[in-house]
Amino acid sequence: MSIDMAQFHQVFFEESFEGLDIMESGLLNLDMGDVDSEAINTIFRAAHSIKGGSGTFGFSAVSNFTHVMETLLDEMRDGRRQVTQSAVDVLLGSVDCLREMLSAIQDENEVDEVSVAEHKKALEIELNGKQADSQVADVEIPEQAANEITAIPNDSSESDWKISFCPHTDLLKTGNDPVRMFRELSELGDLDVIVDLQGVPPLFDLDPEECHLSWTLILKGNVPREEIDDIFDWVEDECDLSIQVLNSLEESVNIQQLEPSSVVGQAIPVVSLATENPANSEPKKDIPVVAKSAKSEEKKSKAVASTSIRVDTGKIDTLINMVGELVITQSMLSLVGEDFTSDKIDQLKNGLVQLERHTRELQESVMNIRMLPISFVFSRFPRLVHDLSSKLDKKIELKLVGEHTEVDKTVVELISDPLVHLVRNSLDHGIEMPADRIAAGKSEMGTITLEAYHRGGNIVIEVKDDGKGLNKDFLRTKAIEKGLLDPDAVLTDKQCYELIFMAGFSTAEKLTDVSGRGVGMDVVRRNIQSLGGNIEITSNLGFGSTISINLPLTLAILDGQSIAVGDETFIVPLGSIIESIKISDKMVNRVAGKGETFRLRDEYLPIVRMHNVFNVESAKATKLTEGLLVVVDGQGVRCGLFVDDLLGQQQVVIKSLEANYRRVEGVSSATILGDGSVALILDIPGLVRLSNQ
Amino acid sequence: MTQETDPQEVEEIKRGNFLQFLSFTLGEEEYGVDILSVQEIRSWEPVSRIPNVPSYEKGVVNLRGAIVPIIDLRERFNLAHSEYTNLTVVVVLQTTLKGRSRTMGVVVDSVSDVNDIDTDSIQSAPDFGTKVSTEFISGLALVDERMLILLDVKKLLKLDGVDDAGEDDDES
Repeated sequence: MSIDMAQFHQVFFEESFEGLDIMESGLLNLDMGDVDSEAINTIFRAAHSIKGGSGTFGFSAVSNFTHVMETLLDEMRDGRRQVTQSAVDVLLGSVDCLREMLSAIQDENEVDEVSVAEHKKALEIELNGKQADSQVADVEIPEQAANEITAIPNDSSESDWKISFCPHTDLLKTGNDPVRMFRELSELGDLDVIVDLQGVPPLFDLDPEECHLSWTLILKGNVPREEIDDIFDWVEDECDLSIQVLNSLEESVNIQQLEPSSVVGQAIPVVSLATENPANSEPKKDIPVVAKSAKSEEKKSKAVASTSIRVDTGKIDTLINMVGELVITQSMLSLVGEDFTSDKIDQLKNGLVQLERHTRELQESVMNIRMLPISFVFSRFPRLVHDLSSKLDKKIELKLVGEHTEVDKTVVELISDPLVHLVRNSLDHGIEMPADRIAAGKSEMGTITLEAYHRGGNIVIEVKDDGKGLNKDFLRTKAIEKGLLDPDAVLTDKQCYELIFMAGFSTAEKLTDVSGRGVGMDVVRRNIQSLGGNIEITSNLGFGSTISINLPLTLAILDGQSIAVGDETFIVPLGSIIESIKISDKMVNRVAGKGETFRLRDEYLPIVRMHNVFNVESAKATKLTEGLLVVVDGQGVRCGLFVDDLLGQQQVVIKSLEANYRRVEGVSSATILGDGSVALILDIPGLVRLSNQ
Repeated sequence: MTQETDPQEVEEIKRGNFLQFLSFTLGEEEYGVDILSVQEIRSWEPVSRIPNVPSYEKGVVNLRGAIVPIIDLRERFNLAHSEYTNLTVVVVLQTTLKGRSRTMGVVVDSVSDVNDIDTDSIQSAPDFGTKVSTEFISGLALVDERMLILLDVKKLLKLDGVDDAGEDDDES
């Protein structure tokens, strides 16, 4: 029976990272004063499944580490330990450490053992340093877990233990491995194992899948009872187990007495196990060898976007219903078509109407599957704000609104980095120091609000802070200082705020490692524009600023205007069209006898003749007065596209031209029209570049 | 634990050293492509022209939702252009270039046959100097006293200006 465990690794990693996210958000939401036991339970469960999973897959470094976390959490859960800020911080640090360990294992890199040891030590200090407290607390809290086991109830103080463990013969069949359990025990303290071979039958009768051994274990080193119970948690129904306090005077097992290690935080010695286990047919799994850490500061950033997606089963059920309907409609139509007579025309029409409806619904629900709640992005911010605010000594509260707003997976993946940047900016530049806030008559606690909502076919994401706001005059001066702006330029408020999107612009007086190098906002804007969105700033000096990002819900469908040039059809993204005009000769000017421009209100715009740029020979209109001028704006580039005619607006499904073919200048992608033919979707900046050549 | 078997391997094991080629004509000449790279054979239908590309790239069509370019092999090989008729055939070829699957249609005069060809009997293409381009030709084979020009599909599907870099790293 050999199962290739590697095939499950990916699932394990995905689940573990999810678990870590749950732990992280749970920890951040813990209220020190009034601890919700359910919240701690959630964190505990997440830790427990990571531990279980990593144990199963043989990532013992991970499971050992998680185990220590789990112990701490367990005590908090039972109320034996106060939830303190320091404990939460240590746990948060451990979550990070665990995440690094997991990604290192996933990438088959070496685990940074030094950092793991540090975190583990911090956890143990947290765990052991409060021993005195926990004993006091024990008096009040009834013990539940310990009583269930067929062991002598015992106060949960630490001591040395004698464990007699007689598993039933089918223990191995349930997937439990004593060796693994002993290995875990050995990490709790000094472990001595005495194996009893008497139950082993003669070789001929021996079934290698049965366990005939029993053990007596002596565990030393001030181990809490719960930790031992934890290890035997899975097997308690499949063995005779007794756990007793070891009285060192009575017990004269052939072990040499060790000094009980009582020093807080002392690294627990790990004794190598020497168990003979002939009945155990499973080969020992190799413990991942953690080599000496080569501390590399720069972690390889993983650019690989995840290719799998978790979908609500409800959505899939809807889809299946929809497909069912479609099949019914199809069979109805084929019935009508089988021997068609003219009196069946109504039936046919009905069928076609149904077909259309079902197709549209099907399209919507398939799109829906790609939709993810924006909370996938938002969830990382509580941590970010938590860490940064303590680093900057600011008091900041983060409010998340509309986390359940759904948006296409691609958008979710691509919006995350720009948002992080914006939130960091708000934290660093927007919110003032607590003292300044009080002086300004505001509450000491600053607020950053992340809000997402749908508006039309778009999603709007707002980053709002109640900080000092943007100072227009200051922005202006800075821009002039940096030579980015002409001193005489007249700017509207909006244009002033948009100065911060210019490359090389920074308002921070001093550089911090959070922000202030003047790179970033331009990149943010470019990223958002490349997603087909735009970004706007409004600000109120002294009261804060709001940055709102407007993004299309999906990148797979586009609202388009079809235009005709000769007998060819092209699609212009509707969002980039400003207006369409018919022009007269006197509106047209020539620059150097060649470049045609026209005046639109107070602006001179270049004319791009589509039939010239794309070499359309069949174009009907060659004189500017014969056709139409579509005024378009693509990423700040404005021009008039000269076309034969406008055809109509429609939603088009974006298809890649590059998948089987090549990139074509002036064309962003292609789509399939209602008649099955292919139309090209125009890329406005590319077109302008092309016409300038 | 079943090992995924490559259909091509099975084919080769079964047939010894024989490979199957689909043969088609361009004017007087007869060409052959590895049948495993042929996805389907379609009749010619109007394409959507793509601006500012070489003239042998006729345009793109919608192949069940995928945008697939159509290439005129006559023009690609600098043969005289002929009018497209109802009998003109598009052979849709598929191969893997740089780890990505690439589908493309090639316009040919007509499709003739499927031939089993012993790999040992394939001759390498003679060097015609610079006059005739032999870059797409993988070899020559004799079928029923006729010469079949065997084409290298991978090279055929490479587009000028797109796939120039990295000549032989295509095998994924």
